[in-house]
Amino acid sequence: MAKTSSRRDFFIRVGQVSTASIVGGALWGHVLVESKANAFALRPPGALPEKDFLATCIKCGQCVDACPYETLSLTKVGEDGEIGVPHFTAREIPCYMCEDVPCARSCPTGALDREIEINDSRMGLAVLIDQEACIAFQGLRCEVCYRQCPLIDKALTINYRPQERTGKHAFFEPVVHSDVCTGCGMCEQVCILEESAIRILPHKLAQGKLGSNYRLGWKEKTKISNFKDSSPEKTKEERQQESNEMLNNALDSLNDMGTLYD
Amino acid sequence: MISWLKNNRFLISRRISQIGILLLFYVSVHFDWKVGGVEILEGNLSSSTFLGIIPLADPFAALQILFTGHSLFTETLLGAGIILVFYALVGGRSFCSWVCPMNIVTDSSLKLRNWLKIPSAIQISRRVRYYILALALILSALTGVAAFEWISPISMLQRELIFGMKLGWVAAAMIFLFDLFGQRGGWCGHLCPLGAFYSIPGKMSLIRIQFNQDPCTKCGDCHRICPEPQVLNLRRIGEESMVSSGNCTNCGRCVTVCPEDCFQFSFRTKK
Ligand code: SF4
Ligand code: SF4
Ligand code: SF4
Ligand code: SF4
Repeated sequence: MAKTSSRRDFFIRVGQVSTASIVGGALWGHVLVESKANAFALRPPGALPEKDFLATCIKCGQCVDACPYETLSLTKVGEDGEIGVPHFTAREIPCYMCEDVPCARSCPTGALDREIEINDSRMGLAVLIDQEACIAFQGLRCEVCYRQCPLIDKALTINYRPQERTGKHAFFEPVVHSDVCTGCGMCEQVCILEESAIRILPHKLAQGKLGSNYRLGWKEKTKISNFKDSSPEKTKEERQQESNEMLNNALDSLNDMGTLYD
Repeated sequence: MISWLKNNRFLISRRISQIGILLLFYVSVHFDWKVGGVEILEGNLSSSTFLGIIPLADPFAALQILFTGHSLFTETLLGAGIILVFYALVGGRSFCSWVCPMNIVTDSSLKLRNWLKIPSAIQISRRVRYYILALALILSALTGVAAFEWISPISMLQRELIFGMKLGWVAAAMIFLFDLFGQRGGWCGHLCPLGAFYSIPGKMSLIRIQFNQDPCTKCGDCHRICPEPQVLNLRRIGEESMVSSGNCTNCGRCVTVCPEDCFQFSFRTKK
């Protein structure tokens, strides 16, 4: 009798423990999945892709400690985003793109790539998000963001467009180039508007991607050409010579064909 | 006064140690306090660099990251190893009594609770913390983030104490209230997976509380004051002449409370 009841107790116990673990685990797991949801956070330079970054960062703040500009901070309880991991708000303090990248160098876990060259970092992408607000698009001279850009004339250029209203002026429109922009946020910080017209967005929100089926003929001419063994390594002269040869061959064969009609 | 100091000598040293460590982090972060050109302690309790060179890392946090399927730099692994070996020597849960800032919160809650004589509202087994520990590792593997690190009230509290406070104190307040109105010693004694984790290397600790059973009158004072009274099974510790359980936090309360001076800090006796 005592034996069956202790066996019964055992099974009840197992039932209780597993139910509690499953319910508790499901709730806990739900919290974890939900908490990974701030799509707008900007990470320090060299950060791994977001998912790997969030998993690898141990939340120690050594990057925060290393930054001389107090750009970075660990997200606090009650702030937007994943608690404890580093982020920055470009409008308040952007990343000043230190050449020696002390933040990434000090990361103990590998959440930030220590080898990163600052110009290769991609913290986000500047987007001129509101042309109606940007005064450059109203025909006024501004260029403040452009002048502030540490990669001026590469990441941020000015597009000159004739001003039709006056007939003799030009628009000086800032244009961001995604292949160079690091997302440091200096443009967003200095924008003279009350709310910045140019903003840094994480790549997954801001960056487009050309499908692999497209070939930009003028950039990759050799790839789509019919020339048998032309490769992009060849110099312009070589390619020129090659095509001349082919042309000659073609003319030769046309000439040869001519005899058919004799 | 002298006798008060003597009776509370471990409590005072523990608070100095707990607050002192936080303070070292704090001055490194906020004042760039340097000695001989290097910052003493950069980072926080999760991971840090001591004297600009020695890596330290929370081994439980590192383990959770490994369970997410991500690798870590050797530096973090080394840091976690250093901490693990350290606590294996001085007693795993010495972390609880001498380092963890949450311990100040739960100790104060316990003081208030004893003073107000609040009875326990719930009963959670002391084993639950080990289930939570296992669950933390399983969930890390399933969700791909370090499961306990993401919700740990200890991490939230220490991080914000060091880097600037916002709502991190809410985490501490919740633990305080849970311990006050829920279960006596509820968090540290029953739920906290970090304490559970440290109890494992603590099993082989060199520093132990020695117990001399001859003068013991079985008054039970030690039992009443110990945060983990199950480790003070008088028959067992009498046979082993020390407190061998990994859940002893080396807080030294039994040493100071025992009217017959049966307890003292010492090194593990060869068995
Ligand atoms: S590169 Fe320099 S300014 Fe930018 S986040 Fe790192 S330390 Fe701060
Ligand atoms: S140094 Fe690395 S691990 Fe530490 S908070 Fe910064 S990104 Fe995270
Ligand atoms: S600083 Fe602002 S307003 Fe001026 S050009 Fe740049 S985006 Fe436009
Ligand atoms: S049980 Fe947990 S919260 Fe309590 S002192 Fe130990 S590590 Fe800190």
